[in-house]
Amino acid sequence: MTLRATVAELVREFRASGRIVIVGASLAGLRAAETLRDEGFTGSLTIIGDEPYEPYDRPPLSKQVLKGWVPADHTKLPRMREVDADWRLGVAATGLDRATKQVRLANGELIPYDRLLIATGTRARQWPNPAEAALHGVHTIRSRDDAAQLQKELAEPPSRVLVIGAGFIGSEVASVCRELGIPVTVVERGAAPLVGALGGVIGEIAAQLQRDHGVDLRCGLGVSSLEGDPGGHVRRAHLSDGSAVDADVVVASLGSIRNVEWLEGSGLAAGFWGVGCDAGGRAFDINGVVTDSVYVAGDVARAPHVLYEYQFLAMEHWDNAVLGAETAAHNMVNLEPHYRPHLLLPGFWSGQFGVNIKSVGVPPFGDEIAFTQGSVAERRFAAAYGRRGRIVAAVTFDHGKWLEYYGKLIEQSGPFPPPPPGWDQPPDMKPMPAEFPDPRVPTAIPDVVLTGHAPSERTAEFRPRRH
Amino acid sequence: MVEETPWQQALRYANRANPYPFYEELRKTPVARQPDGTYVVSTYREIVALLHDPRVSSDPRKCPVPAVARAEGPGEPVAEPIREVLTEPNIITCDPPEHDRDRRMMMPHFAGPPHEPHLISDLEPDIRRIVDGLLDEMKGKTRIDAVDDFAYPLPVRVICKVLGVPLEDEPRFHHWIETALDALDFGPEAASEEIRRRQAGARQAVREFGQFAADLLDRYADQPGPGMLSALVNEDGPEGRMSKGVLASNALLLIFAGHETTVNLIAHSVLTLLRHPDALEKLRRRPELIVPGVEELLRFESSVQFWHTRSALEDIDIAGTTIPKGAPIFLAYGSANRDPERFTDPDALDLERRDNQHLGFSQGIHFCFGAPLARLEVQVAVGEFARRVENPRLVEDPPPYRHNQIFRGPRHVLVDIDGIRD
Ligand SMILES: Cc1cc2nc3c(=O)[nH]c(=O)nc-3n(C[C@H](O)[C@H](O)[C@H](O)COP(=O)(O)OP(=O)(O)OC[C@H]3O[C@@H](n4cnc5c(N)ncnc54)[C@H](O)[C@@H]3O)c2cc1C
Repeated sequence: MTLRATVAELVREFRASGRIVIVGASLAGLRAAETLRDEGFTGSLTIIGDEPYEPYDRPPLSKQVLKGWVPADHTKLPRMREVDADWRLGVAATGLDRATKQVRLANGELIPYDRLLIATGTRARQWPNPAEAALHGVHTIRSRDDAAQLQKELAEPPSRVLVIGAGFIGSEVASVCRELGIPVTVVERGAAPLVGALGGVIGEIAAQLQRDHGVDLRCGLGVSSLEGDPGGHVRRAHLSDGSAVDADVVVASLGSIRNVEWLEGSGLAAGFWGVGCDAGGRAFDINGVVTDSVYVAGDVARAPHVLYEYQFLAMEHWDNAVLGAETAAHNMVNLEPHYRPHLLLPGFWSGQFGVNIKSVGVPPFGDEIAFTQGSVAERRFAAAYGRRGRIVAAVTFDHGKWLEYYGKLIEQSGPFPPPPPGWDQPPDMKPMPAEFPDPRVPTAIPDVVLTGHAPSERTAEFRPRRH
Repeated sequence: MVEETPWQQALRYANRANPYPFYEELRKTPVARQPDGTYVVSTYREIVALLHDPRVSSDPRKCPVPAVARAEGPGEPVAEPIREVLTEPNIITCDPPEHDRDRRMMMPHFAGPPHEPHLISDLEPDIRRIVDGLLDEMKGKTRIDAVDDFAYPLPVRVICKVLGVPLEDEPRFHHWIETALDALDFGPEAASEEIRRRQAGARQAVREFGQFAADLLDRYADQPGPGMLSALVNEDGPEGRMSKGVLASNALLLIFAGHETTVNLIAHSVLTLLRHPDALEKLRRRPELIVPGVEELLRFESSVQFWHTRSALEDIDIAGTTIPKGAPIFLAYGSANRDPERFTDPDALDLERRDNQHLGFSQGIHFCFGAPLARLEVQVAVGEFARRVENPRLVEDPPPYRHNQIFRGPRHVLVDIDGIRD
């Protein structure tokens, strides 16, 4: 047999009878499983998830579910096709042994694999003081149960809600509160809401938006402690300026932590920023060597991106989870030269205070911003982000139909400021500083993280010099 | 004689039934300058790019050259009668911010979500009743005309109800629309005596149609009635009210677009399914396929074959060509929907096609306002046709076509049938 025929035979055999294990039974895990079957994989497929539920969708949790429009248990992800898998729900993976190719489960079971997909996503960062975090009425929001519980309390309704952290999710929660007529205070350490994701110029607009809708917004401040009543229910928060806010529901929206602890000792490049992988979703080991059998997708993955100087990007975005999973799954059942890259132009959407906010590209990669279409006063506009004369991202407020255009420009590294539109020009199109916080000071709530290496975490083995 | 460009050939009446081979030729030059200075864009990627390009205008008032095919040779350039008479803009002929504002004002009274999520779906029982009635009337017949007996009556009744236009007036505006459309030609035949003759009639028809719309709006201003037009005349939204002229222009657009495109779509869907008996059989066995199936039919025989009112407000570099500032741009949706770079095996009908983001309703800010309604109508009509009509057979293939190239569709589709199931 020729080498080529042997390789083709290998691929055929693996598709017919290989063993694939997916850890993480949510958006990325499900879409990967569907793609595997679509690609003709008929071998055994095991999907491990620590939540007891079938895969469900998270974006509605902080929007429709909190408003009470959709019950939390009605957010099940639609199935694109049968996946015919062995679903192991309600049990966590606790370890990975790459030498024997086995995943260890919390119940002690060992699940063997030929190829593994890591799709364990992130979890919400909890309020740092455990005793205060345990008070009734203190919430984070990541899961179905979180959203169901918070929705119930909002329906009562509380006399005031305190949101800590004005990233996308915190701002969405504040918006829902206002829609429900609940008084809400938002405390944000940064200079404005959304500042980590979109910078200070847009942050100022978001701040005005919140205030116009009656949010008691306090920026440049932290919450230093939470105080409960004798019954163990939260009643008050103390802020870093010495003031206090009375609230009986507190939502800590402090960003996320990547679910990588179970990979400890596996020798994979897994750490604070997630699991490093190449553009095809193949995980790196701690020495930066690509593995052949371990893949990563979704919120937990980080990969170099050609448009952003090959910096490693970790994206907590819905479509990154879908497309990353599809790419990884394709590559799991193919060999070179049939690998595909996952080179998504990052994109994000959010709905708050009646405005549809969308972004494309990586705004914090830019240092300048220019308004390009519409009217800031009416809060319907498009703005572009630039770095060294090139467009790197764009954001729209109720102008989402134009995102495609900016996406194309970004893909082509088009000029910044971009060519002026033919109509609907804002009065001032001059570029100005975008006002992102210093990247060395990590904001609590990034949506895309530019993940450089952390020297303190260095665990690579160096080769001694031989003379 | 100068050789005709693929675009000109595609527009000849003789090729109306099958312009696709000419489109294939046309796509070899994704952005093709025509002898009259028009730039025809025929590939999916480039059309989508221009639909999202804020340097492209949809407002004919900003286009220095009339965006209609000029007659080659002597004589006046052929103007477009509709545009000549209809001077007030409607949502399809203006740019942001006017476009956005007017569309926002109209949206709550029509498109449903998020303002009135049930508006369209609540029409379903009515649509079913009409479709059932039309099919019932075919009982006992052995030959039907899928256009006159089926495709035409449904959208007309629905749009009249939605807008609040008296159904009795239908014959009048039907006549005006036909007359106007028959005079609209963008191809080499535009210069013919025949088309020139029709122009005069068309101007008159549009004028009368405009008067009709204005009168109707006046009546609703005096006495509010049912439907969207009355609501727009009488209700103030947060952004105020549209001027009467703009409102009349939009009313005209909606009456026109609300039935013209859907008629052709239903007619083409029936025609296409009769040409693909396997697909028809599949649809009968798996009725749920009607939803992706209608998307495929929209792709396969795009209701709006191209659109002709866009122009470049700056020099635009695209696909190796520069569309110069001021040039009229034609977007050939019918061609883009068969672009093999975008759709695998584009000339094959596949009711289960995935990733079928066709341009049958366009894209971008001018995405078809009536799409949700059109989808529902066609789904019900074509689904029921497949289910109830026994052994349908095409009598004449290709059937005779109407003159217009944009709203391309068969004038009649004669079908022999064995009966109508209950
Ligand atoms: C409230 C909320 C609103 C959002 N809104 C938007 C939005 O508007 N737009 C947008 O683009 N994105 C939004 N997102 C982000 C989007 O939901 C995520 O990007 C997406 O869910 C990522 O999918 P994933 O499969 O990678 O990770 P996840 O959805 O986090 O799934 C990972 C799964 O793995 C499980 N798991 C973790 N560790 C283990 C283990 N050791 N063993 C077994 N299972 C494990 C987890 O419990 C979880 O079920 C939102 C997220 C949240 C929480």
